[in-house]
Amino acid sequence: MSGAIIETRALCKSYGSFQAVKDLSLTVSRGEVFGMLGPNGAGKTTTILMLLGLTEVTSGIVRIVGCDPTQDPLEVKRRVAYMPDSVGFYDQLSARTNLRYTARLAGIPRAEIDERIDAALSRISLLGVADKAVGTYSRGMRQRLGLAEVLMKKPDVAILDEPTSGLDPEVTIHLLDIIRDLKRDGMTILLSSHLLQQVQDTCDRVGLFYRGQLALEGRVEDLAQTVLGSVYRVSVEAEGGDVEPALRRLPGVSEVTRVTATAFALKSATDIRSMIADTVAGSGGRLLGFSLIQPSLDEVYTTYFRETANAA
Amino acid sequence: MRRRGSPWTGLWTVVSKEAADHITSARMLMLQLLILFTAVGAVYAAIGVMKTVATQDQFLFLRLFTIAREPFPSFVNFLGFVVPIVGIALGFDAVNSEYQRRTMSRLLAQPIYRDALVFGKFLAALLTLGLTFFALWLLVTGMGLLILGVPPSGEEVGRGLSFLVVTIAYAGVWLAVAMMFSTVFRNSATSALASLATWLLFSVFWNIVAGIVAQMAAPSHPLFGPPPEQADLAQWVTRLSPNTLWTEATIGLLSPETRALGRVFFEQLQGMAMGSPLPFGQSLLLVWPQISGLIAAMIVLFTILYLVFQRQEVRA
Repeated sequence: MSGAIIETRALCKSYGSFQAVKDLSLTVSRGEVFGMLGPNGAGKTTTILMLLGLTEVTSGIVRIVGCDPTQDPLEVKRRVAYMPDSVGFYDQLSARTNLRYTARLAGIPRAEIDERIDAALSRISLLGVADKAVGTYSRGMRQRLGLAEVLMKKPDVAILDEPTSGLDPEVTIHLLDIIRDLKRDGMTILLSSHLLQQVQDTCDRVGLFYRGQLALEGRVEDLAQTVLGSVYRVSVEAEGGDVEPALRRLPGVSEVTRVTATAFALKSATDIRSMIADTVAGSGGRLLGFSLIQPSLDEVYTTYFRETANAA
Repeated sequence: MRRRGSPWTGLWTVVSKEAADHITSARMLMLQLLILFTAVGAVYAAIGVMKTVATQDQFLFLRLFTIAREPFPSFVNFLGFVVPIVGIALGFDAVNSEYQRRTMSRLLAQPIYRDALVFGKFLAALLTLGLTFFALWLLVTGMGLLILGVPPSGEEVGRGLSFLVVTIAYAGVWLAVAMMFSTVFRNSATSALASLATWLLFSVFWNIVAGIVAQMAAPSHPLFGPPPEQADLAQWVTRLSPNTLWTEATIGLLSPETRALGRVFFEQLQGMAMGSPLPFGQSLLLVWPQISGLIAAMIVLFTILYLVFQRQEVRA
């Protein structure tokens, strides 16, 4: 089944005179992983809270899993799981007891609760410490436990607010692996983050939030195209000869920078990879290697915000 | 705009979790031990007094609660002091601790309304208070039974149980005060201090405040002294304090001879059989305004905290 599972139209939220979210229109299809990107205070969390019906909408329309969260919050919250930014638990209780409490609040049938908790805890490899008090957990373990809560609920949509912030790389990779697993299971995932690199590898589509607005939206490659222009970037490693001027003479090449003694970075309007080997050899140099550089989201992000700031 | 779904969804889950937390907490254990030791002491002292003055008393059991041997307070005086503390201890961090632990948004993301969370917390604390005071009441009655060797009459049990209900309502008022501060202030130290300050105001300074207010509103005459309205007004102001309401209700219930609370004119005493007890129903009628006052105060305070909580942003 396809179609929009999350849809907002002209969504606004203001706190007094401050507009936290301005005229937001967003569509996420079923089974998609959508990344919400943006600096802190860009309105990501506010948007999430409005999707869940946890904060009042000032104006506009929200539809999630076919319901209006302001009118039918219980149904929405039954089918959508939310992992808040820096999630907290009852420190004196064990992980299992913590999950059991939310499971009962979530209305999971009693007979299934223990089974689901065990399955969720084993998937995030916390089953061994399940009966220890959460107070003894590290930050990474707490974040994983937060994800276990999402897994336990078996939701249609999972909303994860900064799931990887402040974690070490190993835990981050583990967490992102689980998120990709969830996608394979057909879950729709809304992921908010300011760590672009991670989101890039995990998300089908991303939206850039800037001052309460959705500034850009699309697939990572398309965004790169829009913001950076159609530029091929190639890194070339070659030694000897007169490589630099030769590369500069290639058709379409706009820029050549010498990074180290043997490494060059090229920008070109066309794909020049087929000509590089001949050019280097023709100039009397020896080619050590070359590769096409994939545009990173970081670059898109910084370029975009630099341009916006300059335009303002 | 109408919202779908019952506001009570998840209420009992919250109640059972919170009550379990209270009952197993070190905080509650400490309070229970404190109550236990001092209550046993007060009752033991009262029994000592009763043994020395062997009289034909119709309400021997009720004296257990009210008789004091100096310098110890009577059981009732002692409760008047401790009940607010227990109520405050159970409520002062009820709401703001959820923000501090960052569990609030996780809880509210579950399919429950905020109503269930805040009402569940209140109910759980009230249940814990009820359980504690009921156990205490049984203990005192049991001690009396063992040491005095007389069973309480039906009326004494009835009066004792009504006293228990009034005491739970009194504790509920302080619980609601503490929970209200825990909703208004995001820091639990601040809410604890605010609750204790309120308690101090009502238990120590309120009578002074009442006197000053009455003096200002109805000043004493240079020749004839204070006008009768002054005493009336002072009494009216003191009755704004839950402590006064509880004390008056307790006197009416546990001392059956009590015929009036407050000022009585000499003419009104004519034809009155002084010293003979009132029937239970009449005593209850006498203190009914005090009981309703306490319950009303509890409901008003809970409503305020409920409104504040409903309007609060989830994000800390």
